[in-house]
Amino acid sequence: MTVMEQRGAYRPSPPPAWQPRTDPAPLLPDAEPYRVLGTKAAEDADPDLLRRLYAELVRGRRYNAQATALTKQGRLAVYPSSTGQEACEVAAALALQARDWLFPSYRDTLAAVARGVDPVQALTLLRGDWHTGYDPYEHRVAPLCTPLATQLPHAVGLAHAARLKGDDVVALAIVGDGGTSEGDFHEALNFAAVWQAPVVFLVQNNGFAISVPLAKQTAAPSLAHKAVGYGMPGRLVDGNDAAAVHEVLADAVRHARAGGGPTLVEAITYRVDAHTNADDATRYRQDAEVETWRGHDPIALLEHELTERGLIDEDGIRAARDAAETLAADLRARMNQDPVLDPMDLFAHVYAEPTPQLREQQAGLWAEIEAEQEGTH
Amino acid sequence: MTTVALKPATMAQALARAMRDAMAADPAVHVMGEDVGTLGGVFRVTDGLAKEFGEDRCTDTPLAEAGILGTAVGMAMYGLRPVVEMQFDAFAYPAFEQLISHVSRMRNRTRGAMPLPLTIRVPYGGGIGGVEHHCDSSEAYYMATPGLHVVTPATVADAYGLLRAAIASDDPVVFLEPKRLYWSKDAWNPEEPPAVEPIGRAVVRRSGRSATLITYGPSVPVCLEAAEAARDEGWDLEVVDLRSLVPFDDETVSASVRRTGRAVVVHESGGFGGPGGEIAARVTERCFHYLEAPVLRVAGFDIPYPPPMLERHHLPGVDRILDAVGRLQWEAES
Ligand SMILES: Cc1ncc(C[n+]2csc(CCOP(=O)(O)OP(=O)(O)O)c2C)c(N)n1
Ligand SMILES: [Mg+2]
Repeated sequence: MTVMEQRGAYRPSPPPAWQPRTDPAPLLPDAEPYRVLGTKAAEDADPDLLRRLYAELVRGRRYNAQATALTKQGRLAVYPSSTGQEACEVAAALALQARDWLFPSYRDTLAAVARGVDPVQALTLLRGDWHTGYDPYEHRVAPLCTPLATQLPHAVGLAHAARLKGDDVVALAIVGDGGTSEGDFHEALNFAAVWQAPVVFLVQNNGFAISVPLAKQTAAPSLAHKAVGYGMPGRLVDGNDAAAVHEVLADAVRHARAGGGPTLVEAITYRVDAHTNADDATRYRQDAEVETWRGHDPIALLEHELTERGLIDEDGIRAARDAAETLAADLRARMNQDPVLDPMDLFAHVYAEPTPQLREQQAGLWAEIEAEQEGTH
Repeated sequence: MTTVALKPATMAQALARAMRDAMAADPAVHVMGEDVGTLGGVFRVTDGLAKEFGEDRCTDTPLAEAGILGTAVGMAMYGLRPVVEMQFDAFAYPAFEQLISHVSRMRNRTRGAMPLPLTIRVPYGGGIGGVEHHCDSSEAYYMATPGLHVVTPATVADAYGLLRAAIASDDPVVFLEPKRLYWSKDAWNPEEPPAVEPIGRAVVRRSGRSATLITYGPSVPVCLEAAEAARDEGWDLEVVDLRSLVPFDDETVSASVRRTGRAVVVHESGGFGGPGGEIAARVTERCFHYLEAPVLRVAGFDIPYPPPMLERHHLPGVDRILDAVGRLQWEAES
């Protein structure tokens, strides 16, 4: 008997375990970044929202300038500026409800501030008096995250937990283009899709990871395309068009809240300043490139739309600028005061209860400080 | 008088029971990991949990250790108490970035606002004939990371009592489960499981007057065996089971060494940069004037964990322990 005779009739067919999978076409990003300002879509935009976005962008730009100035005065140890990226920062904050959560990276202090975190508290990490200066539960803003992409699985876990508890909470996590190469980016997106967690991933593609351009980071057709491999929609948006970023993020948040699962949003933007004040961008890019982006400035784009359509007048623009100056003056005044430091804090929150070993070390430091003070009297 | 029906239970069963009781007592407790659901874990330590509590409470995750721990962090941020299973010691390494950069320091970096009550269970150690990457003693890595508690049981009762305490703790606990003791048995009363043991307390497993063996986890039964064998040599050895490496119970350890005047630290982990160096230093700092001899260490060799057919040469055994005890400068006594 031949094998075929033993096994019955041979029928060509796909492998038995194979199942037709979901059609990837609806998950694919558009061919071009989605835009609102200067397009027909702008006519449908809510004028109040546009004015609100404008005021926040102007405030954000001023905040970035003030924080950068504080590094020069030695009041901040370092500042990774989001100048030029304000549309993403502001739209991310405004697309969320109070019950939602924001997971920022080190570059996203502005998003935290736009969500209500006190600017001085948002900057303590970068001033250096404590790692996280705000209570994350107050505005539902997770600690600023420095190890790249490691905040993404946190957002997924939190969103998943909220859903398990029956709360309609959405988490929005921000990551850079460079961060998408990290393993945690992959793991977070995969978990989010498998669990259908209500989470939105916003990639700010600002062209660089410190000095390294996107071409050295990935060979994917776009970062938004990466979504398809996980089975979630990828959206591509003009990251300097605040109305477009807000619309795409708000859609994704709504979709997640309704149980539709995660979305990956790639926002095309540009890091106008150096990586941080400590970086020299002339070593890896031409000034001419920066100039081309100044012509696609998020504030100019929105201001043009608002004035063209008569949605804002001179007074409105001045009011936005005044509010920005108020924020800057307050930030300057408070950052010019030396922070109050208590060395005993070092031991306070390592564990709920200090271990006997930490108590010993704390007593040692206390004695050292007392001796120092006696020496100075 | 009531008669108590004692039944034999394995350490694996005690651990499963601890998770079961914790899940029943607190709906915030969630178990997650690779194969922990339908299969009940490769060592069957989560056996029955998915069936009793559903897949949302005992979840088979995708295969990604950083993702497992990273999402558990997010779940803990939202008020859950995740109990994460790492399938084997060496497969916990991909999760180290989450462990070190976030789990261990979230409370500290937020000034106490965001504690992470999560338990990370890690089957560890050798002696089970496991092939490469299945037998590491990884405790030194965890001990070297401030913000983590590091706990390891050596008895069936402690497996239950310490795991309940770990899950109840508001701090992250790395719970190291000695693989080769998973099938060790002890009698217990299933109607009334053992007490919850506080984290951070060592116990004297055997009292003696000649010298102290300081040990933990998989090496505890080996030390007890060595102590029995030592009677033939005329030594009456005390055995201290640390149970918790962080926090470290200096009090119990020092009290024992002051009584006996001699000490040997025993563990499977390599000696260089291993826990024994820290323990020997602590004992010396605290008991110098009571010591009759330097504190010695019996540890695994400083080699990658050997293949199963050679592992018996690597693991600290009774003879090597007795040898060390013999080198504790007894000449001075006579
Ligand atoms: C895990 C990790 N590796 C390296 C770094 C150092 N680092 C800080 S920012 C940065 C570039 C990140 O680029 P991108 O993700 O594009 O974000 P951007 O700074 O442009 O906002 C690097 C390499 C880090 N913070 N974390
Ligand atoms: Mg970048």
